[in-house]
Amino acid sequence: MASSYKTIVKDGLWDNNGVFAMMLGMCPTMAMTTSATNGLGMGLATAVVMAASNLLVAMFRGYITQEVRIPVYILIVAAMVTLVDLTMNAWMHELYKVLGLFIPLIVSNCLPLARLEAFAAKEPVLPSLMDGIFMGVGFTLSLTVIGACREIVGSGTLFADAHLLLGPAFSFMETRVLPPDTGVLVAILPPGGFLATGLLLVVKRMLDLAAGKEIRMAGAHSV
Amino acid sequence: MKPTWIHAFILGAFCLGFGFVLAATNVFTVDAIEMRALEDKQNSLAQVIPPAIHDNNPVKDSLILKDHEGKDLTVYRATKDGKVTGVAYEILGSGYGGEIRLMLGVDAEGKVLGVRATAHKETPGLGDKIDPAKTDWITRFAGLWLGNPPVDKWKVKKDGGQFDQFSGATITPRGVVGAIRRGLEYFAEHKTEMLEVH
Repeated sequence: MASSYKTIVKDGLWDNNGVFAMMLGMCPTMAMTTSATNGLGMGLATAVVMAASNLLVAMFRGYITQEVRIPVYILIVAAMVTLVDLTMNAWMHELYKVLGLFIPLIVSNCLPLARLEAFAAKEPVLPSLMDGIFMGVGFTLSLTVIGACREIVGSGTLFADAHLLLGPAFSFMETRVLPPDTGVLVAILPPGGFLATGLLLVVKRMLDLAAGKEIRMAGAHSV
Repeated sequence: MKPTWIHAFILGAFCLGFGFVLAATNVFTVDAIEMRALEDKQNSLAQVIPPAIHDNNPVKDSLILKDHEGKDLTVYRATKDGKVTGVAYEILGSGYGGEIRLMLGVDAEGKVLGVRATAHKETPGLGDKIDPAKTDWITRFAGLWLGNPPVDKWKVKKDGGQFDQFSGATITPRGVVGAIRRGLEYFAEHKTEMLEVH
């Protein structure tokens, strides 16, 4: 049942997107999308963990028995998160100061676990790695888009403080869309997360309907 | 049907394996992380104690005092030619998202040298304007002391004081201003201990 790479990419980015199709990982989606930069940072850290844990589970899938698979998956995800956390703290300290608080949160994200169970446990190593990468990239894009919407409406800026995350070369991304102090505060408070995610979900489903696609109900299982 | 011990063995083997990986990562990163933490502390001290007023390393010249709640408070001291020219210590304010930790630098006369937030959980885009990377609000305290403005004016404008709140956020600046006021009062109470040369 090997999925083709094209399907893996399309699933991750759009058709079976972690946030807008499977509706998984809602905790970081709500909490970390107060700006496009925060969303991007959280997404990237999650993508690294997803790629690494998908790869490991696919490599060891012959040895993991059905009965203990869930604890083993959790162990692998937690180990990868700690590894990323320690490594970034030691050698990418500037980035760590921005992302530091997001990284332990990845453990509580059920998207990596869902991909291990639904994909990496059944598929060969390379497709699993691809799935981890593209599910991660799809998650990153979703969080960045939600973050961008909330930031524009709430603070009137886009990609504010991008240089803290990506380095000074990226300060050109920091733009002011609306004049200062015109933001609608609720957008960057917790209710704004639900509003933005819900409205963007409507947009995605309308696009899917317009393209004549069947709306897939939320489900962690890939075809 | 596999015997139960197989599952236990597999789970145990994975725990052992990844435990080993994590232990190894820790061994490789522990020194670097300690260095970074020290650098962070030095950086935050350098922001509240100007380098011109000391010839020592304040991180290495500290003393422990008791704060109002009886907890240990580390006071970093800047000395020049054997005289204490300034001190820096952590102060706490209560913000909208919990505790705000700040580093306060005070010179020997009790004037604020500088204040910086070191850790906070304020709402991004609102309360996080206390961060000097976002706005320069926090820098306005430099050079002020209890008396300029008078003690009863060390409040945000909304409470009848003299400091601006931000648009959309009053609780955060209120917490910060209150923390600095208490920090300066603490300095006044413990001035002799802090400035004493050992």
